[in-house]
Formats: sequence, C-alpha cells, structure tokens
Amino acid sequence: MHPAFSVLIFTVTAGAGYGLLGWLCANELFAWWALSIGMQISIGIIAMVLISIGLSASTWHLANPKNAWRSFSCFRTSWLSREAVFAILLYPIAALYAAAIYFQWDSVGIWAGLCLLFSFIIVFVTAMIYASLKTIRQWHHPLVPILYLLFAAMSGGLAWAFLLAWNGLELGLLIQVLGALVAFTTLTKLSYFWLFKVPGGSSIQTATSFLNQKVRILDAGHSAPSFLNNEFIYDVAKVKLLRMRWLMLSTTFVIPFALLYWLPNALTLAIAFVIMMVGLLTERWLFFAEARHVVRLLHGQQQV
Amino acid sequence: MKLGLAIDLDTCVGCHACATACKQWNTSGTIGPLTDTNPYGKDPNGAWLNRIRTFEVDESPLSKTVNMPLSCMHCEDAACVTVCPTGASYKRDEDGIVLIDQDRCMGCNLCAWACPYGARELDPGSGTMKKCTLCVDRIYDEQLPEAERQPACVITCPTNSRVFGDFDDPESEVSKLQKQREGKPLMPELGYNPVNTYLPPREPIERPQGGKVLGKVKQIVNRIIHR
Ligand code: SF4
Ligand code: SF4
Ligand code: SF4
Repeated sequence: MHPAFSVLIFTVTAGAGYGLLGWLCANELFAWWALSIGMQISIGIIAMVLISIGLSASTWHLANPKNAWRSFSCFRTSWLSREAVFAILLYPIAALYAAAIYFQWDSVGIWAGLCLLFSFIIVFVTAMIYASLKTIRQWHHPLVPILYLLFAAMSGGLAWAFLLAWNGLELGLLIQVLGALVAFTTLTKLSYFWLFKVPGGSSIQTATSFLNQKVRILDAGHSAPSFLNNEFIYDVAKVKLLRMRWLMLSTTFVIPFALLYWLPNALTLAIAFVIMMVGLLTERWLFFAEARHVVRLLHGQQQV
Repeated sequence: MKLGLAIDLDTCVGCHACATACKQWNTSGTIGPLTDTNPYGKDPNGAWLNRIRTFEVDESPLSKTVNMPLSCMHCEDAACVTVCPTGASYKRDEDGIVLIDQDRCMGCNLCAWACPYGARELDPGSGTMKKCTLCVDRIYDEQLPEAERQPACVITCPTNSRVFGDFDDPESEVSKLQKQREGKPLMPELGYNPVNTYLPPREPIERPQGGKVLGKVKQIVNRIIHR
C-alpha cells in the first residue's frame, strides 16, 4: 500500500496525544503523582495539541475535503465514521475535564474516566479501520489494534515521563513500567513480523478462478500507471524494507529503552521521545509499505 | 432483482472495446465526467470503470491466453459500502446495483481499499470515487429503444462475451449461462459474494480424424500451412 505521509503523521502524533491524555487521566484516577492544577491543565493542552495536529493532518489526504463533515453520518457501519464521531466528541469532554480540574469539581474523576475511555476507544477504532479490511492480509489481524494501543500507551507514556521529570517530580516506578511496556511492544511487533513472513491467503489462482492451473500475467491492460498502481502497488526493494525494519526497531525500541535506563532526566527523556516518534513514523511507513492488497494479484503477483 | 454480468472467458478477445465504450458512455453519464490527467502525454492517468487484464493459464503446450475484463461485481456483501463514512456508497435494494453519490463522497479512498477487484478509482478531477454503475442511466431509460436498454459495454462487445441480466430470475440468460457453463466468482474466499460470474473457457473439442489416408494428408497440409 502506498504510505500517504499525512496518514503517517496523523496516526503517530494523534496516537501519542491520546496516550499522553490517557496517562494524565489515569493519574487523576489512581493519584500516583500529586500535580499542580496548572501542570495538569498544561499537560492536557499539550495532549490535545498533539491530537489536533494529527487530526488536521488526516484531512489533507481527502481528495474532496468539503464533504468531510458528512463522515459523521455512518456511525452504525463504518469504522472511519466512528473514528470521526469519537474524535470530535472528545473535545467537549476534555474541555469539561479541564474545567473540573480548574474549578476543583467533585466530578473530576468522572471526566478523567471518560477522557481515558474515549482515548482508548479512538485509538482502537482508528486501528479497526485497517484491521477490518479483508483485502489486506497484513492488516486484517487482531494484533493490529493491539499494537496501535501499545504504541499509543508507550509514546504517550514517554512524553508523560519527560513532562514529570521536567517539572522536577520523582519518576519512581514509571521507568520500570515504561521499560516493560517497550519490551512487551517490541516482542509483539516482532511476532507480527514473524506471522506475515511468508505470503498466504488469496492467490492469483483464486483471483482468476483457475484454481488448478499455473497463471501468469501477460498484460495488465494499461500502458501507464493508474490509480490502482499508485495506491496498491507500492514496491520497495527488499533491502530497503530490511533496513527500515532495523531503523524502526532501533529508534522505536532499543534507543529509547537504553536512554530510559541509562540516565532518566528531562533532557534524555525528551531526546528519547523525539527518537521514538521518528521510529514510530518508520513503523507506520512499514505498516503501509509491507501491506499487500489483493489487487496486486490482478497485476501479476502470485500470492499476497 | 440481482442485476449483473456474465462474462465469457472463452470468447473474450481482449479488444478493450468494452472499456472504451464504458468510458465514452459514462464520461457524459450520471457520474461523469471521468477525468484524465495528461491524456496525450507520456504518463496518461485517469478514472476507468472497466479494465481488461490478460493472463496465460496453464503451461505450454496446454497454455491458453485468457482475457479477463474486470468491472464492479455488484457484490452481495459489499464491504466498499459498509466502510464508507459519508454514506456516499450505497447498494440499491431493488436491483442490487452498487452506486456512489458524487455529492456526498469526500474522496477518502477507503472504499477502494475495501474492494478486492480494483473496481473503484478516484477521479483526479473531482476528487470523488468513481465506479461501474451497471449503466443505470441506460438500462432504465425508456427513451431508448428496448433493445438498447443494456449497458454500453454489453452492446459494444463484438464477441458477445458480456451478458447482462437478472441473476434472481432462473429463466434469464445470465442465470442459464451461469448454470450451463458453471460460472465462477472471483476470490470467493473473501466472502464478498460477487454477483458477476466468469464463464470458464470450454474444453478443446476432439476433432474427428478422417480415414487413415485422409488423416495423413490433413497432417501434411496442416504442417505446410503452419510454416
Ligand atoms: S466489486 Fe468492489 S466496488 Fe463493486 S460491489 Fe464489490 S467490493 Fe464494491
Ligand atoms: S471515497 Fe467517497 S465513496 Fe469511498 S469511502 Fe470515502 S467517502 Fe465513501
Ligand atoms: S456496465 Fe456500464 S459502467 Fe459498468 S463496465 Fe459496463 S459500460 Fe462500464
């Protein structure tokens, strides 16, 4: 699949934003750290800014954005519509949460709980847009939403740790928890790679109805690339994919993990966060570049 | 009604006439225009609703060239419709035709991702999704003589390899063809239940050889002609 840069930015930045918001709300519910009112609100605003950057990036890839408002209408059937609805609903809820913090309402726990729930749902729903597509084997799998949630918790958690350290708070157990989260996510991503190591599923035989014969493409029917080629047939050299995987693994997991344990102060945590975001962009690029749509079978690929 | 096409892989000669007729009709039809970018340049691109691929099936000396036109299958379980967030994509209850409301589409491409058959293409001009309409603006047009109330691609096909009709009616030509010729769906494992059916090539006919002498003469003549 062709990796659209706007979609990469959207899922990575908004994911980190929802993750950070989730940590802030969880802290409200479980009272791990005592934060000042100003600090809670600033962290909330940072999270909402990350989310908003992501959401506006997601509208760049619409070819006809003037109809974007209509995307709230199919909540019952479409995951993309659900995402739009939940993403918009979060704004008033987050505003009420901020008011609850500022005016010290008793209901602050309820608003924090709702924000946490919505952050979780939105990341899950975003992942389901991909995971619901039967046409792409590498996406149509339960590991996809699990990974999206893990990435959000991990990158948001690192931002959370940085913001705490920057304000001179003790991190305590957070280092260990984040370390475990990074390690677990690494293993999950590696098992995802392992799972899709060999092609499977639909083949050029099922795509053409000649189940028992050898089939080979002679002509794809057009002399220049079409929409279908540009969208679905994104071919990258194997070596480059492998290099990107190493880059992804080291920047998303290894380097942030090492920085976390080596010297967890505000500066290193900030560096670790930036490096992880680069890593996650690479991860999202791979998520697209390695996804093989069944239309490729109609352009001669033997199996996806 | 379950309207769709039966496509004969035995007789299709891969002339692309149906693709051109489709483009010609639909570019001025209800979902038109079908924009092209750089049409006379080096890399022309644009929205087509029907494309023809050519495959080699089996191995030499048994191999056969098969031309396979692909347009929307008007699937019974059309995920392209359910994924659409704006409600632009819909499937009609009365005849099963899958259509796109051009005034609602926001050009997010998700439906094209959900379609296994490459049947949906984004129009680079309008930024909206385009697909086969089963020529809904021909088949019900009472201004046209009855014989012409058929999809443009069906009327054009010089070998009658595309047949249009109602798969719900067991007496229709498409239903009969599907039964007699054991029409096959493409990628049935994905569960979209495509309506269009593909009629497989017929088995080669055993030609009766004449007497021994006649057979020999035929062989020699064949060899000479072959050269
Ligand atoms: S062929 Fe594709 S566009 Fe047509 S109904 Fe099926 S899934 Fe939808
Ligand atoms: S491109 Fe248009 S028709 Fe397709 S899913 Fe998006 S809004 Fe719906
Ligand atoms: S039925 Fe009409 S729109 Fe569909 S492929 Fe044929 S000519 Fe094109």
